[in-house]
Amino acid sequence: MTVTENPRRYKYVGTRPVRHDGLDKVTGKARFAADLDMTGQLRGAFVRSPHAHARIVSIDTSRAEAMPGVKAVVTGDDFADLDPTHPEFDMAVNLMARGEALYNGHVVAAVAAVTASQAAAAAAAVEVEYEPLPAVLTIDEAIAVSAPIANPTNRTLFSGDTEPSNLASVNEFGRGDVEAGFEAADIILEREFRTVAVHQGYIEPHACVADCGQDGKATIWASSQGHFAVRSKTAAALGWSTDRIKVIPAEIGGGFGGKTTIYLEPVAVLLSQKAARPVKIVMSREEVLRATGPAPATKITAKIGATNDGEITTLQSTMYFDNGSTKGFSALTGAMSVASYKLPNLQLHAIGTVSNTARSAAYRAPSAPQAAFAVETLIDELAQRLNMDPIDIRLQNAVVEGDATAMGAPHPKIGFVETLEAIKNSEHYNSPVPEGAGRGVGTGFWFNIGEQSSATVNLNEDGTATVITGSPDIGGSRASMALMAAEELGLAVDRITPIIADTESVGFTDITEGSRATFATGMAVVNACRELIGQLKQRAATIKNVDVEQVEWVDGAAVIEGQDPLTIPEITAMAKNTGGPLTATASLNAAGAGPSFAVHVADVVVDEETGETTILRYTAAQDAGTAIHPSYVEGQIQGGSVQGIGWALNEEYIYDSDGVMENASFLDYRMPVASDLPMIDAIIVEVPNPSHPYGVRGVGETGIVPPIPTLANAIAAATGVRMTSLPMSPPRLLAAISGNAGS
Amino acid sequence: MPRTHVNCTVNGDEVDFLSADDTSLLNALRDELGLIGAKEGCGTGDCGACTILVDGRVNCACLMFAPEAEGTSITTVEGIAQGDHLHPLQQTFLEGAALQCGVCTPGFLVSAKALLDENSNPTETEIRFALAGNLCRCTGYDKIIRAVQEAAVQVNGASK
Repeated sequence: MTVTENPRRYKYVGTRPVRHDGLDKVTGKARFAADLDMTGQLRGAFVRSPHAHARIVSIDTSRAEAMPGVKAVVTGDDFADLDPTHPEFDMAVNLMARGEALYNGHVVAAVAAVTASQAAAAAAAVEVEYEPLPAVLTIDEAIAVSAPIANPTNRTLFSGDTEPSNLASVNEFGRGDVEAGFEAADIILEREFRTVAVHQGYIEPHACVADCGQDGKATIWASSQGHFAVRSKTAAALGWSTDRIKVIPAEIGGGFGGKTTIYLEPVAVLLSQKAARPVKIVMSREEVLRATGPAPATKITAKIGATNDGEITTLQSTMYFDNGSTKGFSALTGAMSVASYKLPNLQLHAIGTVSNTARSAAYRAPSAPQAAFAVETLIDELAQRLNMDPIDIRLQNAVVEGDATAMGAPHPKIGFVETLEAIKNSEHYNSPVPEGAGRGVGTGFWFNIGEQSSATVNLNEDGTATVITGSPDIGGSRASMALMAAEELGLAVDRITPIIADTESVGFTDITEGSRATFATGMAVVNACRELIGQLKQRAATIKNVDVEQVEWVDGAAVIEGQDPLTIPEITAMAKNTGGPLTATASLNAAGAGPSFAVHVADVVVDEETGETTILRYTAAQDAGTAIHPSYVEGQIQGGSVQGIGWALNEEYIYDSDGVMENASFLDYRMPVASDLPMIDAIIVEVPNPSHPYGVRGVGETGIVPPIPTLANAIAAATGVRMTSLPMSPPRLLAAISGNAGS
Repeated sequence: MPRTHVNCTVNGDEVDFLSADDTSLLNALRDELGLIGAKEGCGTGDCGACTILVDGRVNCACLMFAPEAEGTSITTVEGIAQGDHLHPLQQTFLEGAALQCGVCTPGFLVSAKALLDENSNPTETEIRFALAGNLCRCTGYDKIIRAVQEAAVQVNGASK
């Protein structure tokens, strides 16, 4: 379903063609990194720390090196030591321990052998002597006055401090006078919220193949959200120049932010260089859960004030985000995501902490879901106390164009009000709440980003086209690129082949993150197509022997008054005689990313005997700007919603007192399955982004932000219990309902 | 290590290969037979990305040793199309945008085929439980369920 302020005026944009990479994916032919094998390939395996925090006294690899099939062993000594101010310093520390192992699962050595089982046996034979050190496992432990230092290389960002610290970053910002805001309030609510680490949960474990030749140059086949970033990060970790590394993107089996950083590639390259053979490394699921990804655990206090007529006067919040062993994903974006309401008085403290747990990574709208849990729960409670409709109190305070974001810059044209109204007017919201159920509403915001992208469009001899970009496709972006090119060129979408090229075959392109691919890379595609149309008009003028000013481009053909139109196939057929092949390239650093807002509503019942929450109905509305391929916009909304539902209701990292993750499997780290869920009704709202030629905002991130507060608010409506810690799993919810613990 | 000579039928073809006793059927399919459609998402039978049919029954290929395949008839995602005609599920997955990254898709298609082979007119709840052993992290399952519903309509239409 689509709610749009602009009537459809495009021929291809907004249609739902079969995706170009679809056939290979339904027939089993698509090749992900683990599906690639090179001649003479070895298999790599890691040696990981069994301690949460330990000094590495010595590593003896001699026994491993003597084992059958073993061709290479590497340790921290083989890697470049980066300056702590290098932007990839923390990635490199996480990649391979030097001096200290900083969490249970931290890589301390790696081996390559002829078979995977030989590699595993050799990894087990590497002898590492550790001196265990005191470990810091939680935010509270990290900030305790007498806390041990979790990571001696950590310095606090934005502080100017030069001594080791358990603080990764400290930010403070706001406006107005919060105390005056509380003075002006008739009602003040304050609560503390806790969330634990959760994983992105991509089904494809990290995998790569690296082949380093005797010339010291390496080719890497990688599953990543950005192969140019794989190149630059690998180069940094090895101290190499980028011309020594070529990265070929494999299909990526889900990322959600977790594949914006790297864990394997520099290790595989070094092993390959030592062995002079290709090396493939595939993580196990246990390794994925223990040593990649998690989104930060948090502790957030929030205090909000409002007048009796529902005007929010002030918000004050202190947000702690546990980065894990090294700086990972920041508290700052969590604080910045508090941008949905007119807040004349605002004070935000965003503090990142360091602990001896796995380094955190970006996860879909990074840090915003935890912040929304706090703020959206308090706003729901305000509405409840003031006897207001939860949508109406948000409409009354919703930001519109020109209102300040959290850091003060004005919002551009945005669609929060329209998205709230889409839910308010929905059949779901206007239906009676089922007997015994509770209904909850929550909202979310993500600012989206632009960054650098490149695209090349080649017209083939028969007038078909190839669209080449450097953006890995994690959710259907190839189809979006083809649709925008089709619209520009006036060429049927099935005559366009969108591909993702390696780092030597297309211009530099930043990572697919921040909902930027369809926005920024799409803009590069549009620009390249427009350049190509200029060439097509020039060729038509040459063919017809007229001035180019007399040529118009209309619906895929060059139109000259008084003459038959010249189609693209007619022009490309004559390319040889009019100047050669037609090709165009565009690159940009995209400005004007459009913020996206989402509003969700859920009806739940809670089993008072088991504490289990069942979602009866779920509707999610989100402003897409313009939906290029509505099916994949809906898919982003639905997929984000269900990740948020899993985060809210079940998913959690469980560490024992030694910092060992106790549930490092998909059996025990329980993500939602089909039988847990209802249909997710997606409503696409379209308030076009004026900074994009088709109005695209980017839709990947925002959908994961509202589910946590939506479900917490629905559970409160159903049970009367305000949950302030995650997950709201059956035992925790049962305890809270019984008044025992939890909330 | 001694290797066992395994004979079985895969997607209608009689095949044989040598396997160590501790090799999973998944690795044998992928490494010995080049059938990369089934994926290893967990190696513990929890994600369903390696789902195959063994004598018509749904199995996680990662939970079987390759020698256990002796004498069986195996269907993988590579074997569900009829020549150049896609299986109705493959077609409805494509048309219904029921895949994003696609890494779980082979397992879902095989599980859904097993369901429709058994029950060509399943309810939404029956579909959700039949697919509860397959994890998808991209789609939220909505479009997958709808694609199976649509394929069931087509299968029934074709059989009438």
